[in-house]
Amino acid sequence: MSAPELHQMGVAELAAAIRHKKTSSVEAAQHLLARAKQHADLGAYLAFNEDLTLAQAKAADARVAAGEHGPLLGVPLAHKDIFVTQGFPTTAGSKMLEGYQSPFDATVVNQLAQAGSVTLGKLNCDEFAMGSGNDNSAYAPVHNPWDTARVPGGSSGGSAAAVAARLVPAATGTDTGGSIRQPASFTGITGIKPTYGRCSRYGMVAFASSLDQAGPMARSAVDCATLLTAMAGPDIDRDSTSLDHPAEDYTRLLGQSREGASAAQPLKGLRIGLPKEFFGAGCAPDVLAAVRAALSEYEKLGATLVDISLPRTELSIPVYYIIAPAEASSNLSRFDGVKFGHRAAKYDDLTDMYKKSRSEGFGPEAQRRIMIGTYVLSHGYYDAYYLKAQQIRRLIAQDFQQAFNLCDVIAGPVAPTVAWKIGEKSDDPVANYLADIYTLSTSLAGLPGMSVPAGFGAANMPVGLQLVGNYFKEGELLQTAHAFQQATDWHLKTPEGY
Amino acid sequence: MSLTLSDIGRIANLARLELSDPQSERMLSQLNGFFDIVEQMNAIDTTGVEPLAHPTAVIDHVSLRLRPDVASEPDNREANQKSAPAVERGLFLVPKVIE
Amino acid sequence: MSDKKQASLLVQGYEVVIGFETHAQLATQSKIFSRAPTAFGAEPNTQACAVDLALPGTLPVMNRGAVEHAIRLGLALGSHIAEQSVFARKNYFYPDLPKGYQISQFEIPVVQGGEVSFFLGDEKKTVHLVRAHLEEDAGKSLHEEFHGMSGIDLNRAGTPLLEIVTEPDMRSSAEAVAYAKELHKTVTWIGICDGNMQEGSFRCDANVSVRKPGAPLGTRREIKNLNSFKFMQQAIDYEVRWQIEQIEDGHAIQQATVLFDPDTGETRAMRTKEDAADYRYFPDPDLPPLVIARDWVEQVKANMPELPRQMAERLVQTYGLPEYDATTVTQSPAMAAYFETAAKASGQPKMASNWIMGEVSRRLNNEEKDIAKVPVSADTLAALLKRIADGTVSNNAAKQVMDALWAGEGKDVDAVIEAKGLKQMNDSGALEKIIDEVMAANAPMVEQFRAGKDKAFNALVGLVMKASKGKANPQQANDLLKQKLQ
Repeated sequence: MSAPELHQMGVAELAAAIRHKKTSSVEAAQHLLARAKQHADLGAYLAFNEDLTLAQAKAADARVAAGEHGPLLGVPLAHKDIFVTQGFPTTAGSKMLEGYQSPFDATVVNQLAQAGSVTLGKLNCDEFAMGSGNDNSAYAPVHNPWDTARVPGGSSGGSAAAVAARLVPAATGTDTGGSIRQPASFTGITGIKPTYGRCSRYGMVAFASSLDQAGPMARSAVDCATLLTAMAGPDIDRDSTSLDHPAEDYTRLLGQSREGASAAQPLKGLRIGLPKEFFGAGCAPDVLAAVRAALSEYEKLGATLVDISLPRTELSIPVYYIIAPAEASSNLSRFDGVKFGHRAAKYDDLTDMYKKSRSEGFGPEAQRRIMIGTYVLSHGYYDAYYLKAQQIRRLIAQDFQQAFNLCDVIAGPVAPTVAWKIGEKSDDPVANYLADIYTLSTSLAGLPGMSVPAGFGAANMPVGLQLVGNYFKEGELLQTAHAFQQATDWHLKTPEGY
Repeated sequence: MSLTLSDIGRIANLARLELSDPQSERMLSQLNGFFDIVEQMNAIDTTGVEPLAHPTAVIDHVSLRLRPDVASEPDNREANQKSAPAVERGLFLVPKVIE
Repeated sequence: MSDKKQASLLVQGYEVVIGFETHAQLATQSKIFSRAPTAFGAEPNTQACAVDLALPGTLPVMNRGAVEHAIRLGLALGSHIAEQSVFARKNYFYPDLPKGYQISQFEIPVVQGGEVSFFLGDEKKTVHLVRAHLEEDAGKSLHEEFHGMSGIDLNRAGTPLLEIVTEPDMRSSAEAVAYAKELHKTVTWIGICDGNMQEGSFRCDANVSVRKPGAPLGTRREIKNLNSFKFMQQAIDYEVRWQIEQIEDGHAIQQATVLFDPDTGETRAMRTKEDAADYRYFPDPDLPPLVIARDWVEQVKANMPELPRQMAERLVQTYGLPEYDATTVTQSPAMAAYFETAAKASGQPKMASNWIMGEVSRRLNNEEKDIAKVPVSADTLAALLKRIADGTVSNNAAKQVMDALWAGEGKDVDAVIEAKGLKQMNDSGALEKIIDEVMAANAPMVEQFRAGKDKAFNALVGLVMKASKGKANPQQANDLLKQKLQ
């Protein structure tokens, strides 16, 4: 097998090649490790452990030799540095955890490993998953392979860049307010955030507990479905918010037609709701154009477009940016220099040690969110901010339920613009927050959401189409995306030079 | 709802963060900018609305799972303390705690 | 309470108002939110797993045993057990608090209301509870120094606690201690707490304030971590006197947390924890609400041992015991069982309770023994009581028999009586002879009695008992002497 072809393969192809002994897991891992080094300037990776990677690959090859089958067996993957891993340090993109060695693996990592995947390394991300440009990493920023002067999106920027640049066939990401969907949109790859509680949060460095979810990022809906099947499932023993919903095979719905549909019109009967709030003046015309063109394709595939309204879309910004920082401010209190993490070299006393260690360890965005969170929970402000936000949150979730009476899937842009230039938005945190408008409400409601490559916009940068489903409808979302990907080829486009 | 520098100082202290004067000024203007957006929430009438603490509670009754009372975690001290800043005789060392 | 009684409790004219917060460590195998063991005394940080250490990515999972213990307490105290209660984060920074927050319960606790009744002297008291909630314990900071640093052991972090909060119902340090003892009895009786105060299983914080009768509540100070009944009373008494002195000197009482120093006998304010009041409570997003179905409560109820209060009431009904006695012998399941066995076997319930509260308890206390280690079985005691009842031995002689039995000099009551020659003289003829001799030898005393000095009678009885070497039946001696003196 000639080397250049290995990184061109997605998960399904690579798994098949390994199974049919056209290549081996070791060969694939070595090839991708070399490629990662070759493109180190993208800033996608934070850590490697070559010995461990190759040991895992050897073990996978042994399983193949023993006659074992599996859609992920021997397939190299990489993990967002929010997932703790034994053998690879975990930093969560922060100086606070520089060199931290976790004594256990995240459940999601474990499940993927049991399915036979091989870990190539840890991927860069915004610090503690806070950010939309991966320019909040304490380590180098990540570059978008479509235009290295631009951000790949965040917070799963490293995962998106690595998959888009074909350094890895798929990666894990996390999404709290859009952190899988938005970088997938910015880098022209496919990503899905499942229903809240679908994947275990055990081993995910916590940012906002009622919003965080793990999900796959890959170059097709098929590959996402394969990964999600291994990642999802109840974690009764370790995560009290993990839903007791049986594991599903998400690949089963792919390629199957809906009831009453035909091969030519696989999405006949599918009602796609278009929230008018997502298609207004706030969205850049180039993005809207690409999204509308993609929606026409959906119509050709048999879907019906329906106008709907999600009236509290704009409110999702203050609501999210109250709830997430509040939870984060508490989750980040464990970083105190006592048991693990950064401790200042010089301090006068205990209180000084706390203050110096935390101020040195946390970057500006993390500190900002800790301040917001601490304030909104503090005495006298809880009712007006946190409680109020959680009440509006319920109204937002109810709006979605109303909308799902009129449609099966909701669609629209992922972000109001294509990826911006690195450094363009750093000074104005509030402007950054406003750009999350289309993804936040999905997270607040805990619904599953996807980004599917849908075309290109300004500066020839990728544009993603967002698909949102009702609770536990990940399978249907993937089916819908897959039908689109069989009729179009946006998801097959690769940035030049990669 | 405008914050003041003294609010910044109080919150930073609660959060065990140390901000220099220029940092505090910057933080103040950023937070005030942020809270301008937050004011939008006041326009919404939420009387009688239950807060949504667990997202899927909208469709399903979510309740706490209970595990059997069994002690099954073994002593893993060495691995657990691998990244500790200061350890002696198995204890985490910190600046003296004064009551 | 009568005005007179109320007035008698005043200290320098001030009314004392006390409320208690008690932290009872629950006797579960594993911690409240992790599967690490809870056994006392392990090497530092060998029972602190990843969840207890708050390692990144860890999450809490609730221990069913801890909830069941809470239900038991609620049932024992007649509380309302919430069908739905919520866990909240109490946020503050301290080295023994690994997450930088404690998982506790704030607005909606699992146990609401309830009461604890007990005797103070012969007066029945009832202290009302506000609530009891589940929470996790913190780790420990060792006093030993490591080159100017403190050592933190997180073995205790995550141990389940029930925090039991009373209304400010108590009006004296004695009442407070009696309450604490009764609560201690209850939690150990129903098996939810081992009650080992030296190991920190049962820790009390006393909220103390003073006021002039009829005035609004004074500012309270909280005495933390009282883990001995003896020190509890001392500490509260000192604090009360200190507060009164402050007020009399014209100083207002500042709310503060204080510690009791057993060496000096004084309370002193702790270093004020800045922003102590701002814990930024919010419902823990990692834990959905705790739901307790009615049938679980019924199930626990069906499996509960008979509670001390219920048992005491039964003893009053069945054996006609005074409430005070019934309460005292039901101080532990072992003592109650001991009583019932002795009462049934001897047919002398009141005598049995007298002996248990008196002779048996006294000896156990002297030797710092628990009733479980009592050297004289309930059946043996019953046999002795029978011999008192049938007049074979006097009460006093019986005490000597008890001495012998206790020391292991024999197991058979009759044998010991025989061996020690303690059989009571029941022969009235011999007794009359002794009485005549005593009266003859003490003519002046006889005259005094006949002249109206009643005290002389007791002295004469004493002399008769002495002359009989304690063998005379006191009642008989009494009656006969009375007759002869007429």
